[in-house]
Amino acid sequence: MKFPFTKYSKIYFIFSGILVLISILAVSFYGLNWGIDFVGGSILRVSYIQDRPSNQELLEELSSLLDFENFSVRLSGENEISVKMPEVSQEIKDKLTNFFYNAPGVEKDTISFESVSPIVGGESRTKAKRAVVLSIFAIVFYVAFVFRKVSRPIKSWQYGIATVIALVHDVLIPTGIFAILGHFYGVEFSIPILTALLTIFGYSVNDTVVVFDRIRENLIKGSGTTFNEIINESLNQTIIRSINTSLTTLLVLFAIFFLGGASLNYFSISLIIGVIAGTYSSMFLASTLLAEWVVVQQKLTR
Amino acid sequence: MSKKNFKIISIAVVLLALLTAVFIEPRYFNQGVDFINGKFNLSLPHFWERPFQLGLDLEGGAELLYEADLSQIDPENYGQAMEGLRDVIERRINVLGVREPEIETTQVGSHYRLKVRIPGITDPQKAIDEIGRTPYLEFQEPKLNFEEIQVQNKKVLETGEGDLESPFQATDLTGRFLEKAMVSFDPNTYESLVTIEFNEEGAKIFENLTEKNTGKPLAILIDNEIISAPRVSNKISGGHAQITGKFTPDEAKYLARNLNAGALPVPIGEPISQITIGPTLGMISLQKSLKAGVIGFLAIIVFLLIVYKFPGFLASIALLIYAILLIGIFKLIPVTLTLAGIGGFILSLGMAVDANVLIFSRFKEEMRSGKNLSQAIEQGFIRAWPSIRDSNMTTLLIGVILFTVGTSFVQGFATTLSLGILFSMFSAVFVTRSFLIIFSGTRLGKIKKLWI
Repeated sequence: MKFPFTKYSKIYFIFSGILVLISILAVSFYGLNWGIDFVGGSILRVSYIQDRPSNQELLEELSSLLDFENFSVRLSGENEISVKMPEVSQEIKDKLTNFFYNAPGVEKDTISFESVSPIVGGESRTKAKRAVVLSIFAIVFYVAFVFRKVSRPIKSWQYGIATVIALVHDVLIPTGIFAILGHFYGVEFSIPILTALLTIFGYSVNDTVVVFDRIRENLIKGSGTTFNEIINESLNQTIIRSINTSLTTLLVLFAIFFLGGASLNYFSISLIIGVIAGTYSSMFLASTLLAEWVVVQQKLTR
Repeated sequence: MSKKNFKIISIAVVLLALLTAVFIEPRYFNQGVDFINGKFNLSLPHFWERPFQLGLDLEGGAELLYEADLSQIDPENYGQAMEGLRDVIERRINVLGVREPEIETTQVGSHYRLKVRIPGITDPQKAIDEIGRTPYLEFQEPKLNFEEIQVQNKKVLETGEGDLESPFQATDLTGRFLEKAMVSFDPNTYESLVTIEFNEEGAKIFENLTEKNTGKPLAILIDNEIISAPRVSNKISGGHAQITGKFTPDEAKYLARNLNAGALPVPIGEPISQITIGPTLGMISLQKSLKAGVIGFLAIIVFLLIVYKFPGFLASIALLIYAILLIGIFKLIPVTLTLAGIGGFILSLGMAVDANVLIFSRFKEEMRSGKNLSQAIEQGFIRAWPSIRDSNMTTLLIGVILFTVGTSFVQGFATTLSLGILFSMFSAVFVTRSFLIIFSGTRLGKIKKLWI
């Protein structure tokens, strides 16, 4: 059985377009809830053996302990609590640590504290931006290089552009989801999430490259068939592989998500979203884009 | 390559994996050695024991980032000052008797930083205190209008109006030039003193300073506080000085000890960034991530068996060998294992399957087009290789770029993921292939149901 991928291009384009649009709107209106890695600040984390106090209880107790207001309390995992505040002095850290050390139900050896100065946070932001820009360039050049020998009816840079469109799609969607999670649930955009997004860069291209490789191969040996048919043929040949590979990757990612502990939760979620988006886009978006592009080209030249 | 070569490769890889497994967990091997030694009265050696290097988030500990204030140092000597700072802090932490701290100096733009990593410390606060408590010793000389400022200060104190101004100004003489400090007693007053001895360079500065300020007071400051300001009666050569400050004997001893352990050559203040992780939290994270790894691995094997049958079984063994060799490499190099690193490793397991999946898909296609088993295997590999190479390269590229972001989370992840991808290519191309070729020639190769 063969699935006529290119037949429904418009549906995929609209579907992806809506998702990407929502993501762009979410990022531009809500912005990203930057974590302390990027803007500086302090976080204290602690696990409870039993009877974790409620958010409200903790807020009240901490308000009387600290002489500033702008801190927040979050419950995470089964028994974790984190207190986020602006960068605090050693003195306040001591005060907080002592408070939790002596609080009932606290597992004392789990108290952890992280503090980042705004300067260091700013530096991380600069480095992150540089890494994102570098990744995009590296991938466009790489794809253009790999497909340099293919010319008709698609030029190698067109493969590059189609890859990047798929890539932007795959990365924007999880970014949008984190903008929404950040706005409504206070989920922070932290270094682990950035790392996950950059990994999606690599992974999504990986998938697309395999499909394009097939298209290239079929173009070379294919004779008499139309470009659309070649693309359909190639997608049908690679779809099992795409699904199987994504499945094995998702299997381990779900294992990390469910068993790997709270600190890797959002990291694995962003990878899961990215892998799903990447598999979808390599099957339905990147190649169908190429097909549509050729159709438009042919119309223009006629 | 002939079938014989593939056999040799397979046997070598399996042996290597067994050896690596013993290297990863030598306990059982060593128990066996003990047993044999006891029984036959031999003294066979134990296997090389080498611990995994765990990152802070898995072991607990502290990572502190300090910014050095180099405003008092000549730019030419920045490097030297940072070296000095590192040595001193290292000595300070060693006083705590914890495991070897890792200290590195970094420069970001015009900021000079010191990153102190103390793994496994149970009370990180103590380390921070210990580093912070290190006294910063400096000598200050009176300003030119010393008398004037003093009169002015007196007035301010009496009337309560205006601001106090320090009558002293900084000199080049700081704890950087300290050779050693000792406790002694003033023979006349029986007061405790701390005597200090400068190194050659410091002695010279001290000599100039005392010459220039003969008849005037010279302030001795510890952590920006004037401890005493003795009047200089004449030029002092030889680099000896005394600090009198109405110390109790204990205070004097403590000060001398701290000065010896190292007066900081440059002030650093509080850490600008810090992570302290409780040891239990690290252990919980380690157990959880290992569990995730094992379950993820088993899930992949079940998947491979269901979808790819006998080749899937061979691929599972190849994957197991891949995992063992990779963990062995982590231990050997050693790669510092962090939570993110283990995440990268687990992810690489999922991705490593991809190469196998690519090969098997091609292999099935070739089988369907009527080729015989060994032809199909060979063609499957040849045709899948460009895809394997091209697709893995993008993830590797990103791995390298990730490394430049520089925080330990990203680097831990990028290291294990990149190593994992390199190894997965090796595993698919050599190990899975050799296994497939060998078994295709046996009786198993005749049962077609096993293969597709």
